[in-house]
Amino acid sequence: MKKKLIPYSIILIFLIIFAVFYKSLKDTNIYTPQTKINNDIPIFSANLLLLNENSASIEIFELDKFYLLNIWASWCVPCRDEHPILMKLSKNNKLTIIGMNYKDNKKNAKSFLDELGNPYEKIIVDKNGTNSIEWGAFGVPETFIIYNNKIIKKYIGPLNQELLMEVQKIIK
Amino acid sequence: MKKFKAFIIIFFLLFCNNLYANENSQRNEITKNLRCLICQGQSVYDSDSDFANSMKILVDKKLDQGLSEKEIYIYFKEKYGDWILYDPGLNKNTYLLWLLPILIFVFGGAIIAKSFILKK
Repeated sequence: MKKKLIPYSIILIFLIIFAVFYKSLKDTNIYTPQTKINNDIPIFSANLLLLNENSASIEIFELDKFYLLNIWASWCVPCRDEHPILMKLSKNNKLTIIGMNYKDNKKNAKSFLDELGNPYEKIIVDKNGTNSIEWGAFGVPETFIIYNNKIIKKYIGPLNQELLMEVQKIIK
Repeated sequence: MKKFKAFIIIFFLLFCNNLYANENSQRNEITKNLRCLICQGQSVYDSDSDFANSMKILVDKKLDQGLSEKEIYIYFKEKYGDWILYDPGLNKNTYLLWLLPILIFVFGGAIIAKSFILKK
Protein backbone atom coordinates (compact mmCIF):
# COMPACT_ATOMS: atom_id res chain seq x y z
CA MET A 1 0.00 0.00 0.00
CA LYS A 2 2.76 2.36 1.06
CA LYS A 3 4.80 1.58 -2.04
CA LYS A 4 1.90 2.46 -4.30
CA LEU A 5 1.19 5.74 -2.50
CA ILE A 6 4.45 7.39 -3.60
CA PRO A 7 4.05 6.97 -7.41
CA TYR A 8 0.39 7.91 -7.14
CA SER A 9 1.15 11.10 -5.25
CA ILE A 10 3.93 11.98 -7.72
CA ILE A 11 1.51 11.52 -10.62
CA LEU A 12 -1.07 13.65 -8.80
CA ILE A 13 1.44 16.44 -8.18
CA PHE A 14 2.45 16.41 -11.85
CA LEU A 15 -1.17 16.51 -12.93
CA ILE A 16 -1.82 19.54 -10.70
CA ILE A 17 1.28 21.31 -12.02
CA PHE A 18 0.24 20.49 -15.59
CA ALA A 19 -3.27 21.86 -14.98
CA VAL A 20 -1.93 25.10 -13.47
CA PHE A 21 0.53 25.67 -16.31
CA TYR A 22 -2.00 24.71 -18.98
CA LYS A 23 -4.49 27.23 -17.60
CA SER A 24 -2.01 30.07 -17.11
CA LEU A 25 -0.28 29.59 -20.46
CA LYS A 26 -3.62 29.91 -22.19
CA ASP A 27 -4.33 33.20 -20.40
CA THR A 28 -3.07 36.27 -22.15
CA ASN A 29 -0.29 38.09 -20.32
CA ILE A 30 -1.36 41.45 -21.67
CA TYR A 31 -3.40 43.30 -19.12
CA THR A 32 -6.97 43.82 -20.23
CA PRO A 33 -8.96 46.07 -17.96
CA GLN A 34 -12.54 45.32 -17.05
CA THR A 35 -15.05 47.03 -19.26
CA LYS A 36 -18.24 46.21 -17.42
CA ILE A 37 -18.10 48.01 -14.15
CA ASN A 38 -20.53 49.22 -11.61
CA ASN A 39 -18.50 51.88 -9.89
CA ASP A 40 -19.96 55.12 -8.65
CA ILE A 41 -18.82 58.16 -10.56
CA PRO A 42 -16.24 60.28 -8.73
CA ILE A 43 -17.26 63.45 -6.95
CA PHE A 44 -15.36 66.38 -8.37
CA SER A 45 -15.59 69.99 -9.33
CA ALA A 46 -13.89 71.26 -12.46
CA ASN A 47 -13.74 74.13 -14.89
CA LEU A 48 -15.87 73.96 -18.00
CA LEU A 49 -14.18 74.66 -21.31
CA LEU A 50 -16.55 76.85 -23.28
CA LEU A 51 -18.53 78.38 -20.43
CA ASN A 52 -15.61 79.58 -18.28
CA GLU A 53 -17.29 78.51 -15.08
CA ASN A 54 -16.76 75.93 -12.36
CA SER A 55 -19.16 73.05 -12.09
CA ALA A 56 -19.61 70.17 -9.62
CA SER A 57 -20.29 66.60 -10.66
CA ILE A 58 -23.78 66.66 -9.09
CA GLU A 59 -24.74 69.56 -11.34
CA ILE A 60 -23.53 67.74 -14.44
CA PHE A 61 -24.86 64.23 -13.91
CA GLU A 62 -28.54 63.89 -13.02
CA LEU A 63 -30.27 60.70 -11.94
CA ASP A 64 -32.38 58.57 -14.28
CA LYS A 65 -30.66 59.78 -17.41
CA PHE A 66 -28.05 58.25 -19.69
CA TYR A 67 -24.77 60.09 -20.03
CA LEU A 68 -21.77 59.43 -22.18
CA LEU A 69 -18.49 60.82 -20.92
CA ASN A 70 -15.84 61.04 -23.60
CA ILE A 71 -12.22 61.84 -22.78
CA TRP A 72 -10.58 63.59 -25.72
CA ALA A 73 -7.81 65.97 -26.72
CA SER A 74 -7.12 67.98 -29.84
CA TRP A 75 -3.65 66.41 -30.14
CA CYS A 76 -5.07 62.89 -30.09
CA VAL A 77 -5.39 61.39 -33.57
CA PRO A 78 -7.83 58.54 -32.72
CA CYS A 79 -10.14 61.19 -31.15
CA ARG A 80 -10.40 62.77 -34.59
CA ASP A 81 -11.42 59.37 -36.02
CA GLU A 82 -14.16 58.76 -33.48
CA HIS A 83 -15.58 62.28 -33.65
CA PRO A 84 -18.15 61.54 -36.39
CA ILE A 85 -19.53 58.72 -34.19
CA LEU A 86 -19.96 61.17 -31.30
CA MET A 87 -21.67 63.62 -33.65
CA LYS A 88 -24.12 60.86 -34.62
CA LEU A 89 -24.74 59.96 -30.97
CA SER A 90 -25.34 63.61 -30.07
CA LYS A 91 -28.50 63.54 -32.20
CA ASN A 92 -30.00 60.94 -29.85
CA ASN A 93 -32.31 62.64 -27.33
CA LYS A 94 -31.95 59.90 -24.74
CA LEU A 95 -28.23 60.48 -24.35
CA THR A 96 -26.31 63.49 -23.08
CA ILE A 97 -22.68 63.67 -24.12
CA ILE A 98 -20.19 65.22 -21.73
CA GLY A 99 -16.62 65.80 -22.85
CA MET A 100 -13.44 65.79 -20.83
CA ASN A 101 -10.64 67.73 -22.41
CA TYR A 102 -7.46 65.89 -21.42
CA LYS A 103 -4.14 67.78 -21.02
CA ASP A 104 -4.98 70.14 -23.82
CA ASN A 105 -4.52 73.71 -24.89
CA LYS A 106 -7.72 75.76 -24.75
CA LYS A 107 -7.17 77.38 -28.13
CA ASN A 108 -6.42 74.08 -29.90
CA ALA A 109 -9.42 72.43 -28.27
CA LYS A 110 -11.70 75.20 -29.49
CA SER A 111 -10.41 75.04 -33.05
CA PHE A 112 -10.79 71.23 -33.00
CA LEU A 113 -14.48 71.68 -32.15
CA ASP A 114 -14.92 74.47 -34.69
CA GLU A 115 -13.50 72.24 -37.38
CA LEU A 116 -15.30 68.97 -36.57
CA GLY A 117 -18.41 70.11 -34.68
CA ASN A 118 -19.29 70.05 -31.01
CA PRO A 119 -21.23 66.97 -29.82
CA TYR A 120 -20.71 67.81 -26.14
CA GLU A 121 -23.25 69.49 -23.89
CA LYS A 122 -20.58 70.38 -21.38
CA ILE A 123 -16.82 69.97 -21.49
CA ILE A 124 -14.84 69.42 -18.31
CA VAL A 125 -11.25 70.67 -18.38
CA ASP A 126 -8.67 68.18 -17.13
CA LYS A 127 -5.49 70.19 -17.27
CA ASN A 128 -3.15 67.84 -15.39
CA GLY A 129 -4.84 64.50 -16.07
CA THR A 130 -5.88 63.83 -12.47
CA ASN A 131 -9.58 64.09 -13.19
CA SER A 132 -9.45 61.28 -15.71
CA ILE A 133 -7.51 59.10 -13.26
CA GLU A 134 -10.30 59.66 -10.72
CA TRP A 135 -12.58 58.15 -13.35
CA GLY A 136 -10.28 55.17 -13.74
CA ALA A 137 -9.17 56.11 -17.25
CA PHE A 138 -5.90 55.11 -18.94
CA GLY A 139 -5.58 57.80 -21.57
CA VAL A 140 -7.33 59.26 -24.57
CA PRO A 141 -9.76 58.47 -26.12
CA GLU A 142 -11.90 56.72 -23.58
CA THR A 143 -15.67 56.60 -23.18
CA PHE A 144 -17.90 55.87 -20.20
CA ILE A 145 -21.64 55.25 -20.16
CA ILE A 146 -23.22 56.55 -16.98
CA TYR A 147 -26.65 55.85 -15.58
CA ASN A 148 -27.90 56.82 -12.11
CA ASN A 149 -24.44 58.09 -11.18
CA LYS A 150 -22.89 54.70 -11.90
CA ILE A 151 -20.46 53.80 -14.67
CA ILE A 152 -22.20 50.96 -16.47
CA LYS A 153 -19.82 50.54 -19.38
CA LYS A 154 -16.36 51.67 -20.35
CA TYR A 155 -14.74 51.72 -23.80
CA ILE A 156 -10.99 52.10 -24.04
CA GLY A 157 -9.84 53.45 -27.38
CA PRO A 158 -11.82 55.11 -30.16
CA LEU A 159 -15.48 54.36 -30.76
CA ASN A 160 -16.40 52.71 -34.05
CA GLN A 161 -19.55 51.77 -35.95
CA GLU A 162 -19.89 48.51 -34.02
CA LEU A 163 -19.63 50.23 -30.64
CA LEU A 164 -22.06 52.91 -31.81
CA MET A 165 -24.68 50.17 -32.29
CA GLU A 166 -23.82 48.77 -28.86
CA VAL A 167 -24.24 52.16 -27.18
CA GLN A 168 -27.56 52.67 -28.94
CA LYS A 169 -28.67 49.23 -27.71
CA ILE A 170 -27.72 50.09 -24.11
CA ILE A 171 -29.66 53.34 -24.03
CA LYS A 172 -32.75 51.76 -25.56
CA MET B 1 33.24 88.22 16.02
CA LYS B 2 35.14 85.46 14.25
CA LYS B 3 33.91 82.97 16.77
CA PHE B 4 30.40 84.24 16.30
CA LYS B 5 30.65 83.87 12.48
CA ALA B 6 32.03 80.38 12.84
CA PHE B 7 29.23 79.54 15.22
CA ILE B 8 26.62 80.78 12.75
CA ILE B 9 28.19 78.85 9.87
CA ILE B 10 28.31 75.66 11.91
CA PHE B 11 24.77 76.26 13.14
CA PHE B 12 23.43 76.61 9.56
CA LEU B 13 25.42 73.66 8.28
CA LEU B 14 23.99 71.46 10.99
CA PHE B 15 20.45 72.52 10.20
CA CYS B 16 20.80 72.41 6.40
CA ASN B 17 21.91 68.86 6.85
CA ASN B 18 18.40 67.93 7.82
CA LEU B 19 16.72 69.97 5.17
CA TYR B 20 17.31 68.01 2.00
CA ALA B 21 14.44 66.57 0.01
CA ASN B 22 12.43 64.65 2.47
CA GLU B 23 9.10 66.01 1.38
CA ASN B 24 8.60 63.54 -1.47
CA SER B 25 9.68 60.42 0.36
CA GLN B 26 6.18 59.22 1.19
CA ARG B 27 4.94 59.95 -2.31
CA ASN B 28 7.90 58.08 -3.77
CA GLU B 29 7.27 55.09 -1.56
CA ILE B 30 3.62 54.93 -2.62
CA THR B 31 4.32 55.41 -6.33
CA LYS B 32 6.96 52.67 -6.21
CA ASN B 33 4.21 50.26 -5.18
CA LEU B 34 1.84 51.33 -7.95
CA ARG B 35 2.10 49.80 -11.40
CA CYS B 36 2.11 52.11 -14.40
CA LEU B 37 -0.71 50.49 -16.35
CA ILE B 38 0.26 51.75 -19.78
CA CYS B 39 3.98 51.04 -19.47
CA GLN B 40 5.64 47.64 -19.52
CA GLY B 41 7.18 46.51 -16.26
CA GLN B 42 7.55 49.96 -14.76
CA SER B 43 6.20 51.43 -11.58
CA VAL B 44 4.54 54.82 -11.52
CA TYR B 45 7.67 56.13 -9.78
CA ASP B 46 9.97 54.92 -12.59
CA SER B 47 7.82 56.05 -15.47
CA ASP B 48 7.62 59.46 -17.06
CA SER B 49 4.50 58.76 -19.13
CA ASP B 50 1.46 61.05 -19.08
CA PHE B 51 -0.46 58.50 -17.06
CA ALA B 52 2.28 58.11 -14.45
CA ASN B 53 2.79 61.87 -14.12
CA SER B 54 -0.91 62.40 -13.48
CA MET B 55 -0.86 59.57 -10.95
CA LYS B 56 2.01 61.28 -9.11
CA ILE B 57 0.05 64.53 -8.93
CA LEU B 58 -3.02 62.66 -7.69
CA VAL B 59 -1.02 60.82 -5.01
CA ASP B 60 0.27 64.21 -3.81
CA LYS B 61 -3.30 65.52 -3.77
CA LYS B 62 -4.54 62.55 -1.77
CA LEU B 63 -1.67 62.92 0.73
CA ASP B 64 -2.59 66.60 1.11
CA GLN B 65 -6.17 65.55 1.78
CA GLY B 66 -4.83 63.50 4.67
CA LEU B 67 -5.27 59.99 3.27
CA SER B 68 -2.95 57.33 4.63
CA GLU B 69 -0.76 55.10 2.45
CA LYS B 70 -3.19 52.19 2.83
CA GLU B 71 -6.19 54.35 1.97
CA ILE B 72 -4.48 55.52 -1.21
CA TYR B 73 -3.84 51.91 -2.26
CA ILE B 74 -7.48 51.06 -1.62
CA TYR B 75 -8.54 54.12 -3.61
CA PHE B 76 -6.53 53.09 -6.67
CA LYS B 77 -7.57 49.45 -6.29
CA GLU B 78 -11.21 50.51 -6.53
CA LYS B 79 -10.50 52.42 -9.73
CA TYR B 80 -8.19 50.03 -11.55
CA GLY B 81 -8.40 46.70 -9.74
CA ASP B 82 -5.72 44.59 -8.06
CA TRP B 83 -3.38 44.84 -11.05
CA ILE B 84 -2.31 48.36 -10.12
CA LEU B 85 -0.75 47.14 -6.85
CA TYR B 86 2.59 45.38 -6.83
CA ASP B 87 1.63 43.70 -3.58
CA PRO B 88 -1.90 42.34 -4.00
CA GLY B 89 -3.87 41.34 -0.93
CA LEU B 90 -5.50 38.02 -0.16
CA ASN B 91 -8.54 37.40 -2.36
CA LYS B 92 -10.08 34.54 -4.28
CA ASN B 93 -7.60 34.88 -7.13
CA THR B 94 -4.55 34.88 -4.90
CA TYR B 95 -5.46 32.21 -2.31
CA LEU B 96 -3.17 29.69 -3.95
CA LEU B 97 -0.33 32.20 -4.18
CA TRP B 98 -0.47 33.01 -0.48
CA LEU B 99 -1.38 29.60 0.91
CA LEU B 100 0.83 27.32 -1.20
CA PRO B 101 4.10 28.11 0.60
CA ILE B 102 2.42 27.53 3.96
CA LEU B 103 0.89 24.25 2.78
CA ILE B 104 4.22 23.06 1.36
CA PHE B 105 5.94 24.01 4.61
CA VAL B 106 3.36 22.15 6.73
CA PHE B 107 3.33 19.02 4.53
CA GLY B 108 7.08 19.01 4.14
CA GLY B 109 7.47 19.39 7.88
CA ALA B 110 5.03 16.56 8.48
CA ILE B 111 6.90 14.25 6.08
CA ILE B 112 10.24 15.09 7.66
CA ALA B 113 8.83 14.64 11.12
CA LYS B 114 7.32 11.32 10.17
CA SER B 115 10.39 9.87 8.50
CA PHE B 116 13.05 11.12 10.92
CA ILE B 117 11.61 11.76 14.32
CA LEU B 118 8.99 9.03 14.56
CA LYS B 119 11.34 6.36 13.20
CA LYS B 120 13.69 6.97 16.06
